[in-house]
Amino acid sequence: MNTPATLLSVRNLTMRFGGLTAIDDLSLEVPAGKITGIIGPNGAGKTTLFNCLTGFYKPTTGTLRLAHPTRGEMLLEKLPSHRVARDAQVVRTFQNIRLFPKMTVLENLIVAQHNVLQRASMFSIAGLFKLPGYRAAERKAVERAAMWLERLKLTHLADDAAGDLPYGIQRRIEIARALCVDPVLLCLDEPAAGLNPRESAELNELLLYLCGELGIAILLIEHDMSVVMNVSDHIGVISYGRKIAEGTPESVRNDPEVIKAYLGEDEEEEAMGGAAA
Amino acid sequence: MSAIVFARHAMTPTERLRDAGWVAFVGLILGVPLIGLTTVDVGGRLGVETRFGLLVAAVAAVFAGRLLLRWSIDNMRNRKLARDRVSTATAADRAHGAQRVVNVLGWIALGASIALPIVYSDNRYVVDIATTVLIYVMLGWGLNVVVGLAGLLDLGYVAFYAVGAYSYALLSTQYGWGFWEALPVSGALAASFGILLGYPILRLRGDYLAIVTLGFGEIIRVILVNWTEFSGGPNGISSIPRPSFFGLEFTRSAPEGGHSFASFFGLEFSAMHRLIFLYYLILVLALLTHAFVSRLRKLPVGRAWEALREDEIACKAMGMNTTNIKLSAFAIGAMLGGFAGVFFAARQGFISPESFTFTESAIILAIVVLGGMGSQMGVVLAATLLVLIPEFGRNFAEYRMLLFGAAMVLIMVWKPGGLLSHREPTVRLKPLQRSKPAAAGTEVAQ
Repeated sequence: MNTPATLLSVRNLTMRFGGLTAIDDLSLEVPAGKITGIIGPNGAGKTTLFNCLTGFYKPTTGTLRLAHPTRGEMLLEKLPSHRVARDAQVVRTFQNIRLFPKMTVLENLIVAQHNVLQRASMFSIAGLFKLPGYRAAERKAVERAAMWLERLKLTHLADDAAGDLPYGIQRRIEIARALCVDPVLLCLDEPAAGLNPRESAELNELLLYLCGELGIAILLIEHDMSVVMNVSDHIGVISYGRKIAEGTPESVRNDPEVIKAYLGEDEEEEAMGGAAA
Repeated sequence: MSAIVFARHAMTPTERLRDAGWVAFVGLILGVPLIGLTTVDVGGRLGVETRFGLLVAAVAAVFAGRLLLRWSIDNMRNRKLARDRVSTATAADRAHGAQRVVNVLGWIALGASIALPIVYSDNRYVVDIATTVLIYVMLGWGLNVVVGLAGLLDLGYVAFYAVGAYSYALLSTQYGWGFWEALPVSGALAASFGILLGYPILRLRGDYLAIVTLGFGEIIRVILVNWTEFSGGPNGISSIPRPSFFGLEFTRSAPEGGHSFASFFGLEFSAMHRLIFLYYLILVLALLTHAFVSRLRKLPVGRAWEALREDEIACKAMGMNTTNIKLSAFAIGAMLGGFAGVFFAARQGFISPESFTFTESAIILAIVVLGGMGSQMGVVLAATLLVLIPEFGRNFAEYRMLLFGAAMVLIMVWKPGGLLSHREPTVRLKPLQRSKPAAAGTEVAQ
């Protein structure tokens, strides 16, 4: 097996909020065209990593180097959040779903194609006069949205307000919306949270399809081990802002450090047991 | 006790009677000092007299009133529940119905507004009020872009109205510009003020944004009051030229070697001509505004405004430049306010800072909120109501503003989302089709 090209390399990333160090000298490689899982106990700094990666936080130190397949190399820590999505095509979803609730599902997916459409509308001038160029672009955007809706089995809900739909479906809409931005790296923050086992299985299938068939690299934060362990090619484990392990699902599962981070140390438990007794 | 008094459902007649009994009891306790006892002048001394007959009548009225109220509320609720249960209408059907109501209302309003000056061609008062309504409609549509679509709470909208009005007033009195030349320039000026306001408040949201915009509105007004050499200070600017009808002035006597409006069309001069012309002018401006805003709403920029209202962080994550989106909303909203201001100055012929107080901003905002955020037709309804209620209230003299406030409260209690809160999607995957009643019937039968 040849080692895959690195899409994103995180080097010595540190993020401090006042006295609190949320991420401490973290280095991580995200290979192109693979699914990389990020796991760790609550408060380990996983979402902070995503926020640094997508421009919502400016890291205290460290670099986030993206080797974009067509647009060359980019330093994500230097870009504002909208340019991370627009120019670097690194797109994320949120742990607590962030849809546009009063807009319909279709509108959500079309808003995601804003930059393409805005250019086609020549900053609304062509759009105001319904010029053919803009109309063609809009038709294409709708078709593209319809394609993703079809693929994620959401077509029958296209014209319903996104905020009125069940939680599991909203999760799927958020992924569909992110896909409409045309990502090279898709960052999913706990996509399986609140899904039932059947929905989780469907999610697995979708992630494998996106990665396998379309070659989209996926960075996945997830607590649901049935998802992470089954789909990830590569897993990074974070605890207290530090990377404590990295490797294949198999090796991570058996890593003593990881077990310690999740279950606590034996001695500690014994000590506590002794104290209680 | 309170649990019984404020019980949500008094379903059985006994429950209703008991509920009404409790309310009457409270009425009795309150009524003894308020109604039952009264002071009288007994030979220079203050004496107390009882009015138990009146008290009994009042308590009986409270009892009956409560019973009736409870009964009608329950009845209404039951009927609504029954309708919802029986109804086979899908969400799409309901949306379709709501949209049809809005469309029908729109055509009726358009027809009525075109016919109004013809019907009331000799009633100065009606035409004047209708013109005022249309100014507020236009202002409401402008603010709707900022508040209703982009979700940026702006309490200083009147500032842009003032910028438009003063631009026209100064351009016309100082430089002799005509209405049509000044209109785009004043609009552009107002838009640049919108951007000027937009820049410092890009990071603010909600309450904080509201306070800063409030301050901005006051700054503009205070500048207009104090910068006397520029704006005439509290005295304002007078003898602002009126717009002409394609160069024809609305004057009694035709100018030397030319025509006035009346002489050109061979009509007898009437002061109403100008009023009716002004009415149609603002009607055209308002309709253009409507067409412009409705069109923008369906464009990427309009969808971006709405997305910004819904979730700014998600917008950024989708690669949208929220700075540009906010500034465009402020600029477009301000421009429309500026246009309305130009018309206002041209219609009044005199402007002063007094016309641009915070109350104006509050009324325009109330129009947008009462109408239903983002709803174009709602703005028309709310503007009509908010201008007409104080007018009808003139008979009630000092209770007029009380009536105005009460009406606002009632509307918000009755329709918390505004008069027309239905939101029509900007794009649909499947065009709406009302499912046939017959088909629905067979489904039920099966």
